[in-house]
Amino acid sequence: MGSSSEVSESSQMLASEGPTSSPRHERLTAVRERLRQLHSGRAWIAVAVAAFLGCVLIPLLNAVPARQSFLHVPDYLIPLFGKFLCFGIAALAMDLVWGYAGILSLGHALFFALGGYGMGMYLMRAIRGEGVYRSNLPDFMVFLDWKTLPWYWRGFESFPFAITMALVVPGLLALVFGYLTFRSRIRGVYLSIVTQALTYAAMLLFFQNATGFGGNNGLTDFKRILGYPLQLPSTKLALYVVSAITLVLVYLLCRYIVTSKLGRVLAAIRDAELKTRFCGYESTHYKLFVWTLSAMLCALAGALYVPQVGIINPSEMQPSNSIEMAIWVAVGGRASLVGALVGAWLINGAKSWLTAAFPSAWLYVLGGLFVVVTLFLPRGLVGLASLVRRRKSEGGKQP
Amino acid sequence: MTPSPATATPPPATDLALWVENLTVSFDGFKALDDVTLLLERGELRCLIGPNGAGKTTLMDVITGKTRPDTGGVFLESRLNDLTELSECRIAEMGVGRKFQRPTVFQGHTVYENCELALHADKRVWRSLFGGLTKAQKARIDQVLGIVGLRDLRDRLAGLLAHGQKQWLEIGMLLCHDPKVLLIDEPVAGMTQPEMERTAELLRSLAGQHTVVVVEHDMQFVRSIARKVTVLHEGRVLAEGSMDAIQSNPRVVEVYLGT
Repeated sequence: MGSSSEVSESSQMLASEGPTSSPRHERLTAVRERLRQLHSGRAWIAVAVAAFLGCVLIPLLNAVPARQSFLHVPDYLIPLFGKFLCFGIAALAMDLVWGYAGILSLGHALFFALGGYGMGMYLMRAIRGEGVYRSNLPDFMVFLDWKTLPWYWRGFESFPFAITMALVVPGLLALVFGYLTFRSRIRGVYLSIVTQALTYAAMLLFFQNATGFGGNNGLTDFKRILGYPLQLPSTKLALYVVSAITLVLVYLLCRYIVTSKLGRVLAAIRDAELKTRFCGYESTHYKLFVWTLSAMLCALAGALYVPQVGIINPSEMQPSNSIEMAIWVAVGGRASLVGALVGAWLINGAKSWLTAAFPSAWLYVLGGLFVVVTLFLPRGLVGLASLVRRRKSEGGKQP
Repeated sequence: MTPSPATATPPPATDLALWVENLTVSFDGFKALDDVTLLLERGELRCLIGPNGAGKTTLMDVITGKTRPDTGGVFLESRLNDLTELSECRIAEMGVGRKFQRPTVFQGHTVYENCELALHADKRVWRSLFGGLTKAQKARIDQVLGIVGLRDLRDRLAGLLAHGQKQWLEIGMLLCHDPKVLLIDEPVAGMTQPEMERTAELLRSLAGQHTVVVVEHDMQFVRSIARKVTVLHEGRVLAEGSMDAIQSNPRVVEVYLGT
């Protein structure tokens, strides 16, 4: 773990600063030490640059330069980038639970989709009678000849309520599901299969019209969010910026977690669960915590995703979507967070391009990539990069 | 933790750290342990020997809560602390540390992080997320690393340590937990002669402050550390006493040498 040397380094630096004077000063030093554990100085600069690029520069290049200017970021790219940012958040969530805690979930698309549905329900209610049928009910309910709003749709006119539900419902589902599986000590490939079954079952449920979420068409034809028309480029840009800021915050949260003792306990559970239990850690609680948090982060990504793509339907829950998430992390490199982001963006970039250029080739490319990475790059692209760097420095020493 | 044992139960004859009473464990009718009783005094260094299948590992499993006995009890310091009713975690938390036969350190963590994980501390999720090491805890890790002789290797990944060093690290991790009783499974299997000597020295230095139980096959090694030896055979205590007494016990000789 890269953090270890930083830990001891910073503790030495702390010691060399001598006795601290006031409690306030002591607290400040503690915070500084914690930040140094989070990232080395150089890495902090890299994070700041990336955050600036994503949150400030790209929006500025979209808003300020003239349309003809080569500096101008075209409008059609903004929702695409926004979508990628949401995938990035989901990839971080996946890495947290798989890379660090060793729980290979093949059901994270479910949490992503549930978050999306939560947001979608708000967006449906925000249409307010401007649908095809001019009804106060969502169009699909009118089509099904429903007269009243089902009880579980109540309250979704309120944005704060909807966003809370979009996080809490997937969180609760993950908590209950995790409690039952982790307590029975189901792990490894069995857990993966169960998670896959869960998302598949949910997909079938959501395909039913009677479930009340629009059946296989899902929720779509959204008009506005918080009163702003979704068609406007400025609304799209705002959604992009919110996604970018959220991604930075989620990244820092994940980084905080994996550099805390909790992160080291999770890695210990991943490597030797029984031993960790003998050390006195209730591994079930730890797994439950990270599992639930990961599900909620994934739901957050889904909630941000839906207004930017304009639709949520049950096909988002299909098992292959979950597997794709695992592939992002595997290709980028597990247990590095940055690897998850790199993997998510590379694969989705390739997907956007290939599905347009050679639509039939995409699944073969994805499968082939997964095989190659599993066989030759167990630590993914990030692992490859660090290997190359090490080779280079060794080569420098012995010409 | 619990009220003084003296008030709750008649005081034991000596100052006992851990005792096992009439323990019976059977797997599908096969009796792995059959009415075993074992008394461990505080600060004692006890060796547990016996041929394969004698029930040594099962006994350790029962003490640490991995296996539940059919009948009998395991008591830590007081009749109120019946370990057979507690979870593995709780037992470890109460001060029974176990070192497995094969070194099971956390390979991907550094020596220092291994000790940090083993430290006697609040091990709940929130504390792990927000808490840091106190000065006293850092000092304790440093002290333990000194005892097991790994201070210079604190930042090395445990997976890169030599076999003997891993065993010592694991003992160090147990020490970080400030255990009352240490259960150590075959500490010198696969060690070189100097490593064995170093380990013997380490274990002897631990006795006194901790109650140490060593399961070992290597008779030479047992002789070099043990004051008292218990021989298990087919799930029963065959003999108990000093090493010399054990080695001259005809039944032990028969079991061990098959003559």
